[in-house]
Amino acid sequence: MNPVRTVRSRSVALAIDNIDTDQIIPARFLTTTTRAGLGRHAFNDWRWRADGTPEPGFVLNQPQAEGAAILIAGRNFGCGSSREHAPWALMDAGFQAVISSAIADIFRNNALKNGLLALVIDEVAHAELIAHPGERLHIDVASETITRENGRQVRFTLDPFVRQCLLDGVDELGYLTQRVALIDRYEARA
Amino acid sequence: MTARCLFDRIWDSHLVESPDDGRPSIIYIDLHLIHEVTTPQAFSVLRERGLPVRRPDRTLGTLDHSTPTLPRNADGSRPYLDAATLAQVTQLERNCVEFGIALRGWDSPDRGIVHVMAPELGRTQPGMTIVCGDSHTSTHGAFGALAFGIGTTEVGHVLATQCLLQRKPKTLAVTIEGALAPGVSAKDLTLHVVGTLGVDGGSGHVIEFRGSTVRALSMEQRMTLCNMSIEMGARAGMVSPDAITVEWLRGRSEAPQGEVFDAACARWLALASDPDAVFDREVRIDATRIVPTVTWGTDPGKTVAIDGHLPSVRDAATRKALDYMRLREGQQIAGEPVDVVFVGSCTNSRLSDLRDAAEILRGRKVSPRVRMLVVPGSERVKREAEAEGLHEVFIAAGAQWREPGCSMCIGMNGDIARPGELVVSTSNRNFEGRQGKGVRTVLASPATAAASAVAGAIVDHRTLTATGQAA
Repeated sequence: MNPVRTVRSRSVALAIDNIDTDQIIPARFLTTTTRAGLGRHAFNDWRWRADGTPEPGFVLNQPQAEGAAILIAGRNFGCGSSREHAPWALMDAGFQAVISSAIADIFRNNALKNGLLALVIDEVAHAELIAHPGERLHIDVASETITRENGRQVRFTLDPFVRQCLLDGVDELGYLTQRVALIDRYEARA
Repeated sequence: MTARCLFDRIWDSHLVESPDDGRPSIIYIDLHLIHEVTTPQAFSVLRERGLPVRRPDRTLGTLDHSTPTLPRNADGSRPYLDAATLAQVTQLERNCVEFGIALRGWDSPDRGIVHVMAPELGRTQPGMTIVCGDSHTSTHGAFGALAFGIGTTEVGHVLATQCLLQRKPKTLAVTIEGALAPGVSAKDLTLHVVGTLGVDGGSGHVIEFRGSTVRALSMEQRMTLCNMSIEMGARAGMVSPDAITVEWLRGRSEAPQGEVFDAACARWLALASDPDAVFDREVRIDATRIVPTVTWGTDPGKTVAIDGHLPSVRDAATRKALDYMRLREGQQIAGEPVDVVFVGSCTNSRLSDLRDAAEILRGRKVSPRVRMLVVPGSERVKREAEAEGLHEVFIAAGAQWREPGCSMCIGMNGDIARPGELVVSTSNRNFEGRQGKGVRTVLASPATAAASAVAGAIVDHRTLTATGQAA
């Protein structure tokens, strides 16, 4: 994995609670055997009409979403299915971070393993960011801060191990395979 | 000695490494279940790095999500939705051959929905750690296993190392007391529990379901309950093993046999939570007042008693859900016209579920306005149901009797409804578009689903008369 240290981008807000992974990427697009090309189908059924044209009322189709790599989402983002296609689709659609006041466990785990920053902030700060879509944010993984346009900082907390993996570009599979002696020992005594 | 709960016992006995310097624990996985949808990219990683599967003997595959539920074509081919679904299934078949993994595929009498198949075989056992790239892996917690869904990257970790990096979750006791009223099923109980806790009420926790209600449930019913733990955002759901657990496992082909089984039973029963075990949180639920329950909204926490009324609009989320479902605030859910009924999924496709549905349908007809699919959870369920003649009941009533698979629960194989149609479904998710774009899903028990098929509208199955009309 490539190191992920900072993200600087405008934000776009999707102020809906409990956005499940079926909305992020509907099941009919899971028939792929690769990771590539899922971006077009991110939020497919909210984003595209039946005839394939963009749904103009959907925020990600509006001009302010152009180039925004930081998604501010309602609470409990990513609930439901464990499909890792959800973070793959978001990343392929250009997102580098998702910020909410609560993010579902499996989605957060999947996202961070792919270098998509899934960040949880407190509800007051979350409401502030939702209320100011389009502002330029600077996410700094090392200091666990989001700096807003007005200079104010919002704190987030990452698992310290996950943070180090992001900063160093450490791949967890590599970490685990280096511990094979411990696994051998466990299997011998189990 | 301190009192301990089932989760603590399983967690502690599976620690490969438990560092005290801030790094996460490494836990060992006893059983890794795989299917065609969430594994191809993981096998690709193994191939790129030249890694073998560490323990093929602890890995078991099946085909369920993308597989057609219609019978073979006249030329013997399977009626796949498209080239992509066929390619995905073919890829898993190839991966299992290449990496030496047992696959309960098309040629196996055991093939089925992964969470139906593994328990049937006796592979799911108390005290195990079980993972699968599927969030409903929590189903296996019914046996007193620690079972949870993982993403594809973690599928790769388990294939290569049989281990996962994990932080210890918190524990939540959901204590349910009292007898369920006649006509109230485990699905009604489950929907009531999800409605009570909400879709993030279990977040960060492993749930243990306990109390007199849970103790009285059969293994099939416990699986229905644990299955929907993820719908509360929980990491896993589990039930302490007891006599019902071990009797269900006795004689299963891949469970221990003879004296080994007896020794295993003693070990399994000793895993149960101590009566005075302390949990991080507890929620108590009175089961005696639960009535048949369905969902009205677009997440499984938006539930309503079958004789109840929809909430009034208090927030944007309620408004959005009502609009999508084309329902009105304050209306009764009963009486809402139904287009499609689906009996199946890892929540409710076992023999007991099919019996519940057949009991309602016997001697009755599915309303002409309704299409009804009955999809058994596995080849074994299908055989056993046919041996009892249940398929004849379904067919005589006008329902379709299909081949085993996930079918309309996820709709990947083409089993979907049309935009705007209302589906009464025994599955686990009523998210927007889950059963097809624009499709409206109402989650229900097999009995409620079957009765609604007969009535052509959502109905309290307890009021169904001989003519199929609600009394």
